[in-house]
Amino acid sequence: MKSFLILEDGTVFTGQNVGSTRDVISEIVFNTSMTGYLEVLTDPSYAGQAVVMTYPLIGNYGITPDMESNKPWPMGYVVRELSRIPSNFRSEGTIQDFLQKNNIHGITGIDTRALTKILREKGTMNGLFTTDENYNIDEIIPKLKKYHTGDVVSKVTCEEKSILKGNGKKVALLDLGAKRNIAKSLNDRGCEVVIYPAHTTAEEILNSNPDGIMLSNGPGDPKDCQTIIDEIKKLYNSDVPIFAICLGHQLMALATGADTHKMKYGHRGGNHPVKDLATGRVYISSQNHGYVVDTNTLDDKIAKPAFVNVNDGTNEGLSYIGKNIFTVQFHPEACPGPQDTSYLFDRFINMMGGEK
Amino acid sequence: MPKNNAIKKVLVIGSGPIVIGQAAEFDYAGTQACRSLKEEGIEVCLVNSNPATIMTDKEIADQVYIEPLDIKVLKEIIIKEKPDSILPTLGGQAGLNLGMELAESGFLEEHNVKLIGTTAETIFKAEDRQAFKDTMEKIGEPVAASLVVKNVEEGIKFTNTIGYPVVLRPAFTLGGSGGGIAHNEQELVDILTNGLRLSRVGEVLVERCIAGWKEVEYEVMRDANGNCITVCNMENIDPVGVHTGDSIVVAPSQTLSDKEYQMLRSSALNIIDELKITGGCNVQYALNPDSFEYCVIEVNPRVSRSSALASKATGYPIAKVTAKIALGYNLDEIENAITKKTFASFEPMLDYCVVKIPRLPFDKFITAKRTLTTQMKATGEVMSICDNFEGALMKAIRSLEQHVDSMRSYDFTQLSKEEILEQLKIVDDRRIWVIAEALRKGISYEQIHEITKIDFWFIDKIAILVEMEDRLESEELTVDLLREAKRMQFPDNVIAQLTKINEEKIRHMRYENNIVAAFKMVDTCAAEFEAETPYYYSVYGSENEAIETKPEKKVLVLGSGPIRIGQGVEFDYCSVHCTWAFAKEGWETVIVNNNPETVSTDFDIADKLYFEPLTAEDVESIVNIEKPDGAVVQFGGQTAIKLTEALMKMGVKILGTKAEDVDAAEDRELFDKILEETHIPRAAGGTVFTADEAKEVANRLGYPVLVRPSYVLGGQGMQIAFSDEEIEEYMGIINRYAQDHPILVDKYLQGKEIEVDAVCDGEDILIPGIMEHIERTGVHSGDSISVYPAPTISDKVRETIVEYTKRLAKALHVKGLINIQFIDMDDEVYVIEVNPRSSRTVPYISKVTGIPIVDLATKVILGETIRSLGYEPGLAPTADYIAIKMPVFSFEKLRGAEISLGPEMKSTGECLGIAKDFNEALYKAFLGAGVVLPKHKQMIMTVKDADKEEAVGVARRFANLGYKIYATRSTAKYLNDNGIEALRINKITQESPNVMDLILGHKIDLVIDTPTQGGDKSRDGFLIRRNAIETGVNCLTSLDTANALALAMETANGKLTPVDIAKVKNA
Repeated sequence: MKSFLILEDGTVFTGQNVGSTRDVISEIVFNTSMTGYLEVLTDPSYAGQAVVMTYPLIGNYGITPDMESNKPWPMGYVVRELSRIPSNFRSEGTIQDFLQKNNIHGITGIDTRALTKILREKGTMNGLFTTDENYNIDEIIPKLKKYHTGDVVSKVTCEEKSILKGNGKKVALLDLGAKRNIAKSLNDRGCEVVIYPAHTTAEEILNSNPDGIMLSNGPGDPKDCQTIIDEIKKLYNSDVPIFAICLGHQLMALATGADTHKMKYGHRGGNHPVKDLATGRVYISSQNHGYVVDTNTLDDKIAKPAFVNVNDGTNEGLSYIGKNIFTVQFHPEACPGPQDTSYLFDRFINMMGGEK
Repeated sequence: MPKNNAIKKVLVIGSGPIVIGQAAEFDYAGTQACRSLKEEGIEVCLVNSNPATIMTDKEIADQVYIEPLDIKVLKEIIIKEKPDSILPTLGGQAGLNLGMELAESGFLEEHNVKLIGTTAETIFKAEDRQAFKDTMEKIGEPVAASLVVKNVEEGIKFTNTIGYPVVLRPAFTLGGSGGGIAHNEQELVDILTNGLRLSRVGEVLVERCIAGWKEVEYEVMRDANGNCITVCNMENIDPVGVHTGDSIVVAPSQTLSDKEYQMLRSSALNIIDELKITGGCNVQYALNPDSFEYCVIEVNPRVSRSSALASKATGYPIAKVTAKIALGYNLDEIENAITKKTFASFEPMLDYCVVKIPRLPFDKFITAKRTLTTQMKATGEVMSICDNFEGALMKAIRSLEQHVDSMRSYDFTQLSKEEILEQLKIVDDRRIWVIAEALRKGISYEQIHEITKIDFWFIDKIAILVEMEDRLESEELTVDLLREAKRMQFPDNVIAQLTKINEEKIRHMRYENNIVAAFKMVDTCAAEFEAETPYYYSVYGSENEAIETKPEKKVLVLGSGPIRIGQGVEFDYCSVHCTWAFAKEGWETVIVNNNPETVSTDFDIADKLYFEPLTAEDVESIVNIEKPDGAVVQFGGQTAIKLTEALMKMGVKILGTKAEDVDAAEDRELFDKILEETHIPRAAGGTVFTADEAKEVANRLGYPVLVRPSYVLGGQGMQIAFSDEEIEEYMGIINRYAQDHPILVDKYLQGKEIEVDAVCDGEDILIPGIMEHIERTGVHSGDSISVYPAPTISDKVRETIVEYTKRLAKALHVKGLINIQFIDMDDEVYVIEVNPRSSRTVPYISKVTGIPIVDLATKVILGETIRSLGYEPGLAPTADYIAIKMPVFSFEKLRGAEISLGPEMKSTGECLGIAKDFNEALYKAFLGAGVVLPKHKQMIMTVKDADKEEAVGVARRFANLGYKIYATRSTAKYLNDNGIEALRINKITQESPNVMDLILGHKIDLVIDTPTQGGDKSRDGFLIRRNAIETGVNCLTSLDTANALALAMETANGKLTPVDIAKVKNA
C-alpha cells in the first residue's frame, strides 16, 4: 500500500506503507544516527514528532532489547529502506512488526535525503502521514500549520514513583521523559535512583532528602512546562546538587531567568562535537533537541556556559555559579551514540560528595 | 593548541615502489599531506623511490628526492637538507619502519630533528607484538591469546597449550607478508619458518584463531590535546581469516547494533588515547557474532589503505588532517574541507552505503593459488557508493573490469548441490558467485552461513540480486520491474541478457519512463549542513542534486580504475596532471573514477568528482547531466581508451588524438598500411582469430613468434611461442574471455628494446628522452630495467628513432601523447608497437628530464604548439643525470605464480635510481628495489643450453665478487669447462643435499635461473624459482638483469649522492 507524507510547504513524498495506516499529523524531524534506530524510536523526547532516518538502511539487526523506554514514541517513521530480514544474535523480531504492533505510521522507499534537505533549508515542519490517495492538500495544510506538540511531557512521564536499588548515593530523578540509560548510568555507579513523575512537587522530592537531583531529557517546547519550571526554581534554591540533561537543562535555565528558542532544524544524531570550555577538550556527543538555551539571556551572576557546540556555537551546557548545579544540552547517557561524555555521571557523583 | 611555529621544514617519507599490500593509497595520503603542509607555509622535503607517483612531483614538495628508501640515503638527505622535523606516518609501513630506525639509531637526536605525527614510543607500542599485548592488557582491551615467538620450537610448544588452528603474524611486515593460519603442526612449521625469516626483527605472533568472527575496523583520529573522533567504521563481508585488503568491505557496518558499534568505538578511542597517537590510526577488531565478546586484532599507528578508503567513503580527508595535527593543530581548529562550515572535530555521518572490492591478480597469474588468506594478494581495489547495498555491490563488481557484472558472471551452474557445498568451503575471490549459485540450488541461508560464516544479512542481499535476475529472466519486463532492477544498479546489458530484449530497447524504455540515474552528494554530514564540494555518486529512483554548471568550457577526464598489474599509479599521475592542466587553462574539470586509493579521487583535484564505474552506461548518465564540451581518454590507460567509441556515440567530442587514429594504431591491417606508407619496418606478422590461423601464420614466419591480443595493456596474454603446441595453449588462454578484437602473431626479433614517449602537436614532436632497456626484447617493457638516456645506441639509431617517431605521430594525426617501442637489432630499427596515449613511463621521463609532458600534451590538445610552448621540436637535450627505472615485483605474496619474465607484464611497481654516473644510478635502483647484496656470497645458477655460453661471463663476474657458485649438472660442467669454479648440486628430484636444501638453508643470496623460453613446464625450474622467492632469495631469470646486478655490486660501497629532482632542469 502507498503512503504519503505531506509537508506544511505542500511537498508530497510517496512511499510504501509499513506499520499503521492511520492518519497522523506531527512535527517532522530528522536524525543522522547510522545505528541505534531502536533507541531513537523509544526515546520519549520524540513524543509528538515523526522521525526521518537519514541513514538509508534501517532494521538490519532487527528488534533487540535496547529499548530506552517501554514503547516507541514517534507517531510517524520515515526510512529509505527497511531490511528484509533482521540479522543479529539478539534480534527478537522485525522492525516492520514492531511498527505495526505499536501503531506507528511508517513510510519506506522515499528519498530521505531530499526530505532532509527540505527540513534543513526550510526548518522543521509539520506533516501528515496518510494512506488516502485522494488527499486534499488545501484542506490539509491549514491543519498542519495549526499543529503544536503541546504538553507532551505529561504523556511520556511515568505514572508513579519507582526505585532502582543501590548502595551508593541517593538520587532523585525527575522523569520528564527520561531515557532508561540515565537511571541505569547512575545505578551502574552504585546510586539508588528514585524516579519521580514529572509533576511531582519540589517539596516532595526535597523531603526525601536525596543526595542529588537529576533532571532528565524530555519532549516538546520547554516553555510549555511552566508548572514544572516553577518547581525546578525551588529545587535550584535548595542546596541539593543537581545534574540536568536536555529538557532538564532548558527548564533549569528558564527557571533561573534565561530564555530558550526554537532552532531551525535542531540537533539530532550521534556526531555533534561539544567543547568543554573548562578544558578545551572536544567530545563527540549524542543529541536530540529542537530548542536551545539562548546564551545572550544568561545572567552571568547565575550561570555561565560550560559547553559549546563546535559546529554552530550554540550552548551545550551551563554551570551555575555558587551552586552544585551543572546542566548539559547533549546526552551523556548516549544510547544511541557515543559514550564519550559518560564521565559527567562521575562528576555528578563527585559533586554529591560520593565515591564512584 | 595552535600551530607549532618551531616547525619550518619537514621531511616526508613516502612508501616506495608499489607492491601488494602497499599501493597507491600512500601516494594519495602523501600528496594530500604535502599539499596540506605547504598550505601552512611549511617547506616540504620529500623522499620516495617511486617515480610513478604524484607526490614526487616538484609541484607537490619543495625538494624531491626519488632515492632508495634506505637508512644510509635518508641520513645523507637529512644532513644535506637539515629539516627540523620528520613525518613518517604517511609512507605506510616502509615509511614508519624507516622513521623508527632513524629514531632508534640516535641519528635524529644528534641532528636535532624531531619525529612529528607520532612518537617512536607510540610506534613501538603499536607495532611490537609483545609491547602491544602488554599495553592492551593494561587498559583492559582484549586480545586473542597469543605469544611472540622467535623460533619454531617455541611456536609448537605454545600452540600445544592453546590448540589448533592458530594464526601466525610476523612482526613488522606489510600486507601481512608471511602470515597465515596453521591447522596442524606441519602447516605451523612451514608458515612459521617463512614468517620468522620475513620479519624485520625475526618475530612471529602465534595467536588463537578467531576465524569466522566478524571483522570490523575503525578509523580514528586524535590530536595532541587528547580530542578523539572516529571517522568511519567498516565491516568486512568476509569474516576474520581473509586479509582485510582482500575482503569485500562495507561502510558503515551493517550488522552491528548501536551497542556493538559503540562498544568497539569506545574501545578504539580508549586504545588511541593510551597509545597517545596524534593523527590517523586504524584499529581492527574481531567480534564474536554470537555475543559481545571481541578481540583487538591490530592497530596501525599511521594512515593506511583503510584510511584512504575511509577518506573516500566519508569525504573526511584523514591524511590532510593528520598533517595538520602533526603541525600542532587541534581537531576543532581544522576546517571541514567539505562543508567549510563545520570542523574536523566531528564524526562523518553517511546516508549511503559504500562497498569496496579488492582487485585480485589471478587473471594475470593463472597458476597462482586463488585462495584468500591472511596474506594479502590484491593489487588494488574499487569502491562504489549507492543508497542501497545491492546497488553498491553491483556497481563495485563492474568497476573491477574483470568481465563480471552480475551474480552470474562466474558460472558454477555445472556443479551439483554437493559440489557447491564443497565449493563454498573454498575461500577465494569468486565466493559471492558461489553463494549465488548455492541460493539458486536451494541451499539454505543457514547452511551457507554455517560453511562461510558470512552474515545472514549479506547472504540475503545476494539472494535479492539472484531473485531479481530470476524475475528478469522469467517475467515480462514491466516498467516497475525495470525501475526496481535499476534501483539495484543492474546495468542495461545484464537486463538485456536476462530478458533477451536488446540493450538499445531497454535503454529506450528507460529514457521513455524517465528511469535515469540521479546523483547524490557525499557531504560528510547526511545533508545536515549545506556542503560545497561536488563529490557525487549515482542512485536510481531519487532526486538529482548534482548542481548544473554551465561554464564556458567543460572537460570530462576519465580515470583508470583499479590498480592492476599493467595499469598502475602512472595513469593516475597522468589523469591528475591533465586535470590540473585543463584547470589552468580555465576549463571546468570533471573526473570519473572508482579507485579509492588514488589522488584523482580526492575531492579537491577536479571541480567535480563522480565516483562511478567506468562503463559506457555509467559514463553516459554523467554525460547526460554534465554535457561536457569534450572528453580526454588518452591519460586514463586502457580503461579510458576503451570508452572512446561509446563517448563518440553519446556525442561527446574526443579531445586530442581521434578515435579512428587510436584504432589505426591497434588495428593490424590499418597499422601495417601506415608503416608501409611511412617506410618503417616491423617484425612480419599476421592477424588471427583461431588457433589454426595462428599456427598457419607462425609456420609461415617461422618460430619463435610473439602471440598477443590487441587492445590490452601490460602485455596481458602475450607469449612467445616456440611450437604449434604452445600456440594451441596460449590461444586457449587468450580466448577464455570473448574476444572482440583479433589476436596478433608476429615474428619474434631479439635485440635491444628502446622506448620513447613524445608529445605531438599535429606538426612537430617533442621527445623528452629516449629510454633503453637492459633486458633484450622478449621481456615486457614494464618488467625491464629502463635507462635514460639510452646508453648503448648509435647516433644513427638515435636519429632513426626520432625520425620514425615523427613520421608515426604525424601519420596517426597524434594530438597529445604517443608512446612507441622499438627494437634495435644490429643497428636496424623496427617498430614493436605504437600507443597513441599516455604510458607507464610518462611520469618517470617527465621527472628525470624536467619536461612536464602531460601538461604540454594537454596544452597541445587545447591548440598550443610545441614551439608556442617554448620548446624546440625534436629530441630534447639530454639531462645531465642517468636515471634508471627498476621494476619491483610482489611474487612472494602470490603462492604458485610463475616468476620468470616474459612478454606479459608481472611487476607491480617501480623505483628509480638517479645519479651522475651510470653505475651509481644502477646501484641506487637495485637498492631501491630492495636488492641488497652481498650477504652470504653464495649463489645458484641453472641456465638453459642456449644461455650457457653467455652465462660464463656472468658467472665470472660474480666469482670475482667473491661468490661461491653452485650449479646443476650441465651448468656446473659448462662453467667448470670454461674455467669458472662451480660446485655441482643435485636437482630437486635427486637425493639430498639438493638444490632445494641449499635454498631452504638460508645461505643463498641469489638464484639465476633462465627458463626455457616459451613456458618451462619442468616442475624443477618452477619449484626452484618459487622456493627462492618464498624464502626471500633474489631470483633472476634474465642474464641481462644478472649482468646489471653484477655491475651494480662491482661499484657498491661508493658514496651515494642524493639528487633533488625539483632542481633538474632541461636546457
